[in-house]
Amino acid sequence: MNIGWYLAVSAIVFCVGAFGVMTRRNPLVVLLCLELMLNGANLSLVAFSRMWGNGDGQILALIVMTVAACEVCIGLGMIVAIHRRRLPIDVDELRELQG
Amino acid sequence: MSAVLFFIAAIGVIAGAIGVVSFSNPFYAVLALVGHLLSLAVLFLLLRAEFVAAAQVVVYAGAVMVLYVFVVAYVGDEEQSLGGRLTRRPRSRGVDGRKPTGALFAGLLLVELFIALLGSGLKMVSSEGAPYAPGPRTYGTPAYIGNLLLTRFLLVFETASLLLLVAAVGGVVLARRRGGLEDDDEAVLTPLDILRPRGTGTMTEGVEGLALARSRAGGVAEPDGSPQDEGSRVGGPPVAGNGQASRSGW
Repeated sequence: MNIGWYLAVSAIVFCVGAFGVMTRRNPLVVLLCLELMLNGANLSLVAFSRMWGNGDGQILALIVMTVAACEVCIGLGMIVAIHRRRLPIDVDELRELQG
Repeated sequence: MSAVLFFIAAIGVIAGAIGVVSFSNPFYAVLALVGHLLSLAVLFLLLRAEFVAAAQVVVYAGAVMVLYVFVVAYVGDEEQSLGGRLTRRPRSRGVDGRKPTGALFAGLLLVELFIALLGSGLKMVSSEGAPYAPGPRTYGTPAYIGNLLLTRFLLVFETASLLLLVAAVGGVVLARRRGGLEDDDEAVLTPLDILRPRGTGTMTEGVEGLALARSRAGGVAEPDGSPQDEGSRVGGPPVAGNGQASRSGW
């Protein structure tokens, strides 16, 4: 398959993830949609790495996965802390987090 | 053969992504993301990235998704009651126009990305990629990735490990069990709190409950910090969580 097909799939996945981040209100689902966006970027990185036959893109994709795991750790910790304080788990309701 | 596999996996990837966005139950969204990740691993395999595909399945679809499922199960009951309350509540301003606006921006982003893809002058985008010959240490194998990570990208590798350590410590600090969260005056952080954190999830509190921990801490009966509480805390035995538990609002 041509590399362009992989890039098209990655663009679609990225846009679907961006749509979810903009529309969903549950922070858990917002985190899931962030994962979607990171995965779209990962797919294009690996596709470009295949295009040049160079492994640097795969290393960058692995680092992106590491950063995504860290982000999930912190984000889920924050959600658990919000749940413990009996605050509503809703990104529109959590206005007092701004300071 | 590879084209058929590509289209099956691509349909799985896009369907999983749409499922994540459209399911209202977070648990189903997590399951859709698992399917999305597995299909994406097939695409990685088609791109000769064996190690990245294996890491995707093990780390993402395994560890991270299990973490998600646990948090959804922990938060979930409140989630449904909250959803019922939110639908009964009158919607705040701007909620109705959010979905069309989000769809408009996402569509514009997609159009822009496709313009960039179709209008790029890269000749190799419409090719199969660089020549590839299978072998034990060739492109994409674990030996190849490990060689790159430990020679050329050693600094990146170590930085990623440091980042993981920071995130692990941050997750523990964020999700720990602490007392006195309900009191607003207790939330003020002073330097003494840093030296000796109060009620930070001792084993006694977690296993036996706060009341037993409080009674064990020297018979302090007053729920708030009264003078006799202060005196007993100074003279009491140095038990972890002593005195702090009496101040917690639980």
